[in-house]
Amino acid sequence: MSKPFLSIERLTQQYPDGQGGTLTVFENASFGIEKGEFVCILGHSGCGKSTIMNILAGLAEPTSGVVKMDGFAVSGPSLDRGVVFQNYSLLPWLSALKNVTFGIKARYPSWSADKVEAHARDFLAKVGLEGDVVYRKPSQLSGGMRQRVSIARAFANHPKLLLLDEPFGALDALTRGTIQEELLKIWSGTEQTVFMITHDIDEAILLADRILLMTNGPFARVAESVEITIPRPRSRTEIVEHPNYYAIRNHLVQFLGQRSKELAGQQSDVPDQRPETVRIDVSETETATEGSAPPPLRAVNT
Amino acid sequence: MLDNLSVNKRAAILSIVMLVVGLLIWEAAIPAQKAAGELTEYERLTGGGAQKAGVPPPSQVIVKAWQELSNPFYDAGPNDKGIGIQIGYSIYRVLSGYFLAALVAIPLGFLIGMSQTAYKAFNPFIQVLRPISPLAWMPLALFIIQDSEASAIFVIFVCSIWPMLLNTAFGVAGVREDWVNVARTHELGALKTAFTVILPAAAPTIVTGMRISIGIAWLVIVAAEMLVGGTGIGYYVWNEWNNLDLTSVIFSILMIGVVGMMLDAVFGVLQRAVAYAE
Ligand SMILES: Nc1ncnc2c1ncn2[C@@H]1O[C@H](COP(=O)(O)OP(=O)(O)OP(=O)(O)O)[C@@H](O)[C@H]1O
Ligand SMILES: [Mg+2]
Repeated sequence: MSKPFLSIERLTQQYPDGQGGTLTVFENASFGIEKGEFVCILGHSGCGKSTIMNILAGLAEPTSGVVKMDGFAVSGPSLDRGVVFQNYSLLPWLSALKNVTFGIKARYPSWSADKVEAHARDFLAKVGLEGDVVYRKPSQLSGGMRQRVSIARAFANHPKLLLLDEPFGALDALTRGTIQEELLKIWSGTEQTVFMITHDIDEAILLADRILLMTNGPFARVAESVEITIPRPRSRTEIVEHPNYYAIRNHLVQFLGQRSKELAGQQSDVPDQRPETVRIDVSETETATEGSAPPPLRAVNT
Repeated sequence: MLDNLSVNKRAAILSIVMLVVGLLIWEAAIPAQKAAGELTEYERLTGGGAQKAGVPPPSQVIVKAWQELSNPFYDAGPNDKGIGIQIGYSIYRVLSGYFLAALVAIPLGFLIGMSQTAYKAFNPFIQVLRPISPLAWMPLALFIIQDSEASAIFVIFVCSIWPMLLNTAFGVAGVREDWVNVARTHELGALKTAFTVILPAAAPTIVTGMRISIGIAWLVIVAAEMLVGGTGIGYYVWNEWNNLDLTSVIFSILMIGVVGMMLDAVFGVLQRAVAYAE
């Protein structure tokens, strides 16, 4: 099997536990992400999801292990890896528009000011922000609007890998649904790879090609990689009718509710802890062959 | 009737009432000068017939102010210059010392704010130097610099450096890590990060320091000019006191207040310009 686009190899993160010892958040975690894939990661609070994402972003160094993108080890942050932070991280002294041009100017320093602004407006429009709203400062925007500015800033830079840390965590269900659809729309028109942290099982099923499940910490593991065998385009109202939906959902709920605890804290000697691939497809159980990767489930969402 | 006026209008009316009442009390409290004919023998012998130096009533101060302000820039020799010229000298000294201080304090504050090591290394010096009254430097400055003008500027420099230095360091150290991470994920260099992220983020704190500094500098210049003499509003106050011209003394005290208020207002505007809500 060829090397995936993004490969996480034997990642270990330890922190001092405050009593002279060390706290091992996770140990020898290894997994890969293919180009163009949309991957969500689910796990209980404190298991180390944000830590993994900060390492992928290059904002933090792991205690040991490497992250390779396109075959090269990640060292330090890069414009190729766009981040949507959990708390939006917009610069409060800049307008929504300026926050987006801030990123574009860094990515395309040779562009003229007009071109930068047109590009920024284009992406703000894609997330539904048009007109006077773009001149408002983040403090004058609603939470959902801020989130969309943050998403526009990341997408406008065409990063190869997009890292999203609970991007919709603070939104109400209605806004969340709208932005999820916008996110899918933008993503499906590009070749971008997305790695997203979420606490919401339904959101993960709606968005992801694959869901990584983490056990509880310390010594957390990325235990399973669950393929979402529901064809795209998906919509929130229709996926619940798909025969695979409840099978997958039950599996995830059962993992988070029970097995994440049972599997927790097992310090194993296996050097490479790869997640076990789980493929749930009630409609074609006989054709599911382990090991051979199925064609990426992608279609333009309209 | 007052009920349907805005808060601002009501406050303005109250201010004016307080001013008028205060001035009237002041005016009434000053006993009128005795006419020459009513003087006793004794008073005539001891020179009491000359204009007595007493606290002048506000009406005299207002007349004085009108005279001075209608011709503020006359220059009739070293001891007789218009109030505008004197204030001009003081502002020139304050701004020179102040901008020199800003030039040192803001970059240094950046360094101290960004690096734990620099902070720890500079901290003992700052702690010892900061509580020293700026005027205590005056003799040393006069001896080393050998120039009263430059010494006054140096004293302003010393007194205005600390609030700017500490506020810059504090503001820079307190920049949210999230914002620095935004700069990092956009691969901004150190200089670009400093100017496009850290400076705007810390600007409100820095400008607050600058505002405190200009206030202190204006307080100190009056005392410094009383010491070094020659020109400036501080010297003017002292000179008029020596002339026993209390009307001029009161007038210049008021002018010191007005100029100080205007300097502060400029920084108030600047503060509003760099403020942001999170
Ligand atoms: N700088 C640090 N020093 C010590 N321990 C840390 C540090 N950062 C994180 N941890 C620990 O690492 C573990 C994982 O933290 P992390 O933020 O990755 O969790 P998470 O999975 O993102 O949780 P949540 O879902 O609540 O965001 C936690 O137990 C936390 O206490
Ligand atoms: Mg987290």
